[in-house]
Amino acid sequence: MHKAKRPTGSHAAQVPRQRPGRAKAWATRAPLMPALVYMVIVTQLPFVATLVISFMNWDALRPDERGWAGFTNYKLVFTDPDMRASVITTVWLTAGVVLLSLLLGLGVALLLDHKFRGRGVVRTMLIAPFLVVPVAAALLWKHALYNPEYGLLNGTLTWIWSLFGSDSPPQPDWISDRPLTAVAVSLIWQWTPFMMLILLAGLQSRPMEIIEAARVDGANAFQIFRHLTLPHLRRYLELAALLGSIYIVQNFDAVFTITSGGLGTANLPYTIYQTFYQAHDYGRASAAGVVVVLGTIVVATFALRLVSTLLREEKTS
Amino acid sequence: MHTRPSRARLTTAALTGLTCTALLAGCAGAGGSGGDDGGKTVNVLMVNNPQMIDLQKLTKDQFTKKTGIKVNFTVLPENEVRDKITQDVATQAGTYDVVTVGAYEVPLWAKNGWLSPMDDTVAKDASFKQDDVFTSMTDGLRGEDGKLYAEPFYGESSFLMYRKDVFEAKNLTMPDRPTWKQVADLAAKVDGAEKGMKGICLRGKPGWGELGASLTTVVNTEGGTWFTKDWQAQVDGEGFAKAAEQYVDLVRKHGEAGAPQAGFAECLNNFTQEKTAMWMDATSAAGLLEDPESPVAGKVGYAQAPVTETKASGWLWTWALAQPKAGKHQDAGAEFVKWAASQEYEQLVGDKLGWARVPAGKRKSTYDNPEYQKAAGPFYQATLTAISEADPRNPGTQPRPTVGVQYVTIPEFQDLGTKVTQEISAAIAGRQSVSDALDKGQKLAEQVAAKYRNN
Amino acid sequence: MSATMTRPRPLRRREPLVRNHSKTLVGLAAWTVGLFFFAPFAWMVLTSFHSETDAATNPPSIAAQLTLDGYREFFGASTGASPWPALINSATASVLSTLLVLALSIPAAYALSIRPVRKWSDVMFFFLSTKMLPVVAGLLPVYLAAQNLGMLDNIWLLVLLYTTMNLPIAVWMMRSFLAEIPVAILEAAAIDGAGLPTVFRRIIIPMAAPGIAATSLICFIFSWNEMLFAQVLTGVQASTGPVFLTSFVTSQGLFLAKVCAAAVAVSIPVLIAGFAAQDRLVQGLTMGAVK
Repeated sequence: MHKAKRPTGSHAAQVPRQRPGRAKAWATRAPLMPALVYMVIVTQLPFVATLVISFMNWDALRPDERGWAGFTNYKLVFTDPDMRASVITTVWLTAGVVLLSLLLGLGVALLLDHKFRGRGVVRTMLIAPFLVVPVAAALLWKHALYNPEYGLLNGTLTWIWSLFGSDSPPQPDWISDRPLTAVAVSLIWQWTPFMMLILLAGLQSRPMEIIEAARVDGANAFQIFRHLTLPHLRRYLELAALLGSIYIVQNFDAVFTITSGGLGTANLPYTIYQTFYQAHDYGRASAAGVVVVLGTIVVATFALRLVSTLLREEKTS
Repeated sequence: MHTRPSRARLTTAALTGLTCTALLAGCAGAGGSGGDDGGKTVNVLMVNNPQMIDLQKLTKDQFTKKTGIKVNFTVLPENEVRDKITQDVATQAGTYDVVTVGAYEVPLWAKNGWLSPMDDTVAKDASFKQDDVFTSMTDGLRGEDGKLYAEPFYGESSFLMYRKDVFEAKNLTMPDRPTWKQVADLAAKVDGAEKGMKGICLRGKPGWGELGASLTTVVNTEGGTWFTKDWQAQVDGEGFAKAAEQYVDLVRKHGEAGAPQAGFAECLNNFTQEKTAMWMDATSAAGLLEDPESPVAGKVGYAQAPVTETKASGWLWTWALAQPKAGKHQDAGAEFVKWAASQEYEQLVGDKLGWARVPAGKRKSTYDNPEYQKAAGPFYQATLTAISEADPRNPGTQPRPTVGVQYVTIPEFQDLGTKVTQEISAAIAGRQSVSDALDKGQKLAEQVAAKYRNN
Repeated sequence: MSATMTRPRPLRRREPLVRNHSKTLVGLAAWTVGLFFFAPFAWMVLTSFHSETDAATNPPSIAAQLTLDGYREFFGASTGASPWPALINSATASVLSTLLVLALSIPAAYALSIRPVRKWSDVMFFFLSTKMLPVVAGLLPVYLAAQNLGMLDNIWLLVLLYTTMNLPIAVWMMRSFLAEIPVAILEAAAIDGAGLPTVFRRIIIPMAAPGIAATSLICFIFSWNEMLFAQVLTGVQASTGPVFLTSFVTSQGLFLAKVCAAAVAVSIPVLIAGFAAQDRLVQGLTMGAVK
């Protein structure tokens, strides 16, 4: 799908290539081979196995009935309403978390781009959520923050209401009332720092001379942001969005811990996990896996187009 | 060109790197070897109920000291432990030597030859006193071949726990055998009796063994069932619907906060922290409520599980210890089961942790023990009644295709029960109507039923 | 405009884009946002030092007495279940897989940047595309393979899987770090007669050291955090920190302080590494795009 590009501008082009020929080509390839072979084996072999199993009737709980099933599993996958629902959930969760944490991250990065007292401390405080182990973060949100009886959120409501002399504060049941939002918020909390760090790095790599010049020419802060900062940040935004999506689309820990996939929060990873690990229906889980992999390839092709522009621009910046 | 890349050299470098890595790991002593030291180890995977945590506490100083057998515990919440145990047993992975199972799993797994029978190991030992163990519990732990495949660790039915002091203050009385209508009325009356106190705690957490267990007992007594004898799915049937409507309505109006995430563990915390006035759940909870350290000890009354159309509606369950056939330490495993399920272990818990915490409900001798009678005074009669009245062969108003009160003994039920309870849980959260939940549930149940009708 | 505008500035020195009087406002806003994001973290740490009863009050008891009980529980005070085996497993899997990733990715990065193979960008895309494949779809075949090879509940299995998980990103990072090394230096070394291993040892590794550090940090963090594989594929011997963490939600009374203590304790290695090497973290996160 991608034409091999000559590494224009890379140093490689400048290293003279004298001895052409097979031996030379292999010598060049040699350092790459261990990593490449390793990745091919560990990612492609399991896929072949998944493909084979997806055509089997294999329910671990019914060992006597193992056999070939044709397309039955695929039929089940495509007619399963849970599967469709989880595709939608995954899209919402990923898009919502990525976009919101990107926006928040951009806002915070713009703030941190200024000098003020204690900037280092604020930056450190902002990084903290990203450095909490994801399961720990999910447990924290579920039990210490969202819990309707003694969670910090309702505790704070009680406290605020009591300031105004009321002893009947609202005590919403956060997870039950807004399950997907509850999961998303905990993820946004963890991923905003990630976005912020990337965007801040982007901001700080702006060529200041040009901005100074623009300012001297009378451009206001918004104009500078719109016409200089934003275009410069574009590839950082793209990079942050791409990496964020790669990790959030695969999220398992938060869904598993906060709602166990209940209340319409089961995303694709969780649904497949459930088919494999709760229903023990290996055939159906594999078929679902194959479908998801094929779907991912379609989506990823578009995402990779984006990366290819990143790769090109890397050389020009 | 001097930088001629030498393949051989590179490979050597890479290999050296890898070897060093391997050596480093070896030195760190962190390999994942089987941990096999002459059969003197037992790997146990169990649910993290308080009785099991006590077992974990006492094992090292008692069992290991006595026998020299080291026990490695993996302790997980109920839903997770069920998945992990099933996976380990069904694939015959052999990671664990002893696992906690119940009457749902044993017949199915025994049929597949996944468990080791205990007739000639544990049960044969005279000092174990197999006759002392309730047959109502062991009946469910036998395979089709009549062999015993697990030993009960503790047994339970379900009943209704309520706060005597709160009821007294409100001038209310709880009948010994309440009906669901009475309980719903009482829940409305005691709701808000104390600041932040709700009427009743009922499980709302998805899972066939969580919400599925509580709800199915209500379904049974309201005249409903999952399947008829000839495998017609009845999830949207009249009795099931009536039970679900009533259950969801009660929890939504007078139930605990956070109900869609509340299972046994959460309700136990809720009730102990005086957040609810009533709680319908496992009889094994009573020992924990009456523990001297519990804030509600002495304040709790016990009544039979509420009924509508049946005489009793308590479930019957035992957390039993089984040995997967693939387990690598069969003899040591049997030793451990023999110890943990013994009368001697109950005595030990009584001495060390208090008699209220004994893993009861499995041995007649426990209920004859004056020390236990004293500590369990408030609840042991009610427990015995509940256990003896639960009838797995005829739990409802119509004949059933399989044996079991709060579950259907087919492999698919684990998935079906979990999915349907996810829908009901969403109804408790107010995200959909009960009838929508049941419509979806019926479709799932019908798929399963169709398989059996064709056989 | 403010006076700062007219002063001559050295190049690349950051200067606020706002007027002076709003500088305080920016600071205030940043502090507010910072504290807002930090609050859940601070609450977790505070709760971990509270007793169980103080942890479960409503409204929260912020000024309650501090205690180490939560941490004692984490270290197995009442159950006798020590977290050390799990933590050591986590450390082993993270460190070993990171070393393995480096051993594979640095030569690969060399062949993708300094002396690139033909179609090097296609190779790059292959690596990145593997990162997009749903991990969970591989869970079943990995489980079955591990079971047949007797690798279940074996820390080496996690090492291999974590290597797989991090290798694509590491290759991308290392490629961009190696591409930074000036060709002139490499050419000079070549003229001086240095062989490839020497070039690696003397030039590439030292010059890419910050990049290697950044890559290692990211790999370490993602390996340490992983739970899905660890949960499904380990049992008694090879269980890791995050899996151990989930067992703290018990039905035996209140558990909030315990869970918070466990959450803090399990996160500590990542927190220390991340805070100590913030700049490396940024380099790693941007896949080497920021130097």
